[in-house]
Amino acid sequence: MNQERMPIYEALLNHRNNRIVHFDVPSHKGGRGNPELTRFLGADCMRVDVNSMKPLDNLCHPTSVIREAEILAADAFGAKNAFLMVNGTTSAVQAMIMSVCKSGDKIILPRNVHRSAINALVVCGAIPVYINPLTNKDLGISLGISVDSLEKAIKENPDAKAVFINNPTYYGICSDLLSLTTLVHNHNMKVLVDEAHGTHFYFGENMPITAMAAKADLSAVSMHKTGGSLTQSSFLLCGENIDESYIRQIINLTQTTSGSYLLMSSLDIARKNLALHGKDIFKKTIDLTEYARHEINKLGGYIAFSEEICDGVNAFAFDKTKLSIHTRQIGLAGIEVYDTLRDEYDIQIEFGDIGNILAIISSGDRLLEIERLVASLSEIKRHYGKSPKGLMSQEYIEPQVVMSPKKSFYSEKLVLPLSESAGKIAGEFVMCYPPGIPIIAPGEIITNEIIDYILYAKEKGCLITGPQDMDIENIRIVKE
Amino acid sequence: MDLWFCENHCDGVKFQIKIDQHLYSGESDFQKIDIFQTEEFGKILILDGLLMLTEKDEFIYHEMITHIPMAVNPFVKKILVIGAGDGGTVKRLVQYDTIEEIDVVEIDKLVVEKCIEYFPDLTSGFDDKRVSIKFEDGLKFVRKKSNYYDLIIVDSTDPFGPGEGLFTKEFYGNCYKALNENGILVNQHESPFYNEYKDIVKKTHQKLALTFPISELYQAHIPTYPSGHWLFGFASKKFNGTDINEAEWLKHDIKCKYYNIDLHKGAFALPTYVKEMIK
Repeated sequence: MNQERMPIYEALLNHRNNRIVHFDVPSHKGGRGNPELTRFLGADCMRVDVNSMKPLDNLCHPTSVIREAEILAADAFGAKNAFLMVNGTTSAVQAMIMSVCKSGDKIILPRNVHRSAINALVVCGAIPVYINPLTNKDLGISLGISVDSLEKAIKENPDAKAVFINNPTYYGICSDLLSLTTLVHNHNMKVLVDEAHGTHFYFGENMPITAMAAKADLSAVSMHKTGGSLTQSSFLLCGENIDESYIRQIINLTQTTSGSYLLMSSLDIARKNLALHGKDIFKKTIDLTEYARHEINKLGGYIAFSEEICDGVNAFAFDKTKLSIHTRQIGLAGIEVYDTLRDEYDIQIEFGDIGNILAIISSGDRLLEIERLVASLSEIKRHYGKSPKGLMSQEYIEPQVVMSPKKSFYSEKLVLPLSESAGKIAGEFVMCYPPGIPIIAPGEIITNEIIDYILYAKEKGCLITGPQDMDIENIRIVKE
Repeated sequence: MDLWFCENHCDGVKFQIKIDQHLYSGESDFQKIDIFQTEEFGKILILDGLLMLTEKDEFIYHEMITHIPMAVNPFVKKILVIGAGDGGTVKRLVQYDTIEEIDVVEIDKLVVEKCIEYFPDLTSGFDDKRVSIKFEDGLKFVRKKSNYYDLIIVDSTDPFGPGEGLFTKEFYGNCYKALNENGILVNQHESPFYNEYKDIVKKTHQKLALTFPISELYQAHIPTYPSGHWLFGFASKKFNGTDINEAEWLKHDIKCKYYNIDLHKGAFALPTYVKEMIK
């Protein structure tokens, strides 16, 4: 297939050149109706912010240029079909779950999933069966799913409809996707993969296996994260045994009917770029990351980990484009390093949690920026480094699920001070954002351990989200 | 034919020099390099379209960035010079017999090669055996040094492009670490005059002031730089910029065209608007 083609982009260029008179929305009419916004974003950008129309196709029911873009994307990703998503990867994750689970159906998933997955359970009423991912004790990070643990979960829940796998994790840990997929298919369940952080696996060389190559059924790919498209644009990929017409119906349940052409064209252009130049782009990314990792490890104290943490079971492979750095040995929580980089050194990284930080490196970086990051980390250690004594290490807290996320979310609730909520059933999420992995989810028992963890994360400066109470003093619990 | 080099000194203000001949044009991994022969200013060096030096007025900048710290501490032995690929700074430093080691860290090898070719007099100091040139990122180089240098001279380009990292807090922090207890850091500090650069001057000064116990500014009049009014930063662990060791410095018997002891004293007296800006 000719991956040079960009059907949506080409149609938009045509449209712009045709100087169509608009008596349709949007009312800014190519920017004239909102001069201030036009000055800010640029007239070219405003002129292609248009609504669906005959020559530009329609995202809800694509038959021409959007359909062609889907086919090209499917080809580029090695998928049977690809959907352009404009409501974020969150919507792709939700569409995957809602496509295979109805209310009351079981779905097996690791607990360290993104909130979007558990949100989908709140919406569709599926029952989560959690697999507890093991933790790397030294680093305090959750690992992948082992084949044994999944086999056990499947044996205990033979009626489950699907297995949901996040691969790679935010930190770059990959599971043995091929073995997991084979196992799940042998039990006639579907495999859904959250590949939000793995777009580059499809285009780089010597990367961990992709969901589509491992014959997974559905995968959500955040093109905007590491693929170069605009924020909020994403792909949902379908494997061989998936009826894509049904998936489209599910997507259309919640997707906007005014799909943004800025987002769609960015997917189209980014897909072409990766299909043609992905190997070089991600080689440069890995070279930069490896260099940074090497220099940061030489500073001492910081652990910029890589493939050496792989054990073939719980951490099957590592995504070398990720610059994940353990900070506890210099006596600082990851979030403290994150804040200091931002507040004192004008460096914004992806996230910091209790024990680690994550920097996203891409081909858009130059050595200049990498040197700044390394030099700043060196300075932070010199100024603020201390004994790690008293720092909490990040432990995976095994949840006790006593009620479905949907039932608990919609049940009658009481508001309690967080400190007095131990033993109660949570009625809402609490999470640090990023990474957006719930510390507690609706339907789980709140424990003292969880309360301590939330208070500690709050004290260290994590942005805690989820509860209605913006100050996170109180939590809503299920009235029993 | 009427050929002119133009540079925007700020939005709406242009500076022009009449060109005799375009001597060289090339592009390195880091920037575009141009060298012109001019009527009034001799040869001039342009990086990414911005004028870096002219043969006619380079003495002002280079004397002021070297003799000021040397007169404060004439016993300086180990010096790190960052940037300075044109050689002008090193040419002044090699005049001091007492200096033992001059490490020059310039990111762009092509700049040095072309300057050696077109500005042989200016780059003559590079041949001195106390000088060693390393082609690497200044921030990376200085990060690996600790408690070593007496003086660091940051002779950089503007804070946009390859010189960006040399205007950051992490750079100054690493310089502090690389300096010994007598350490002095001098840097080119941009012009306070046009609004577009005011912020840089302010922020750079703040960063230095947060890093070093002593952080001052001094000035010089450089005709071909935006506004002509140029600042230098003087940061140190121990010395004030006006603590001149006159007797020791005079022993070196260095001939200058711009610098002298009286001017040194006065250079630290700043205009009121600059004082207010950095308050």
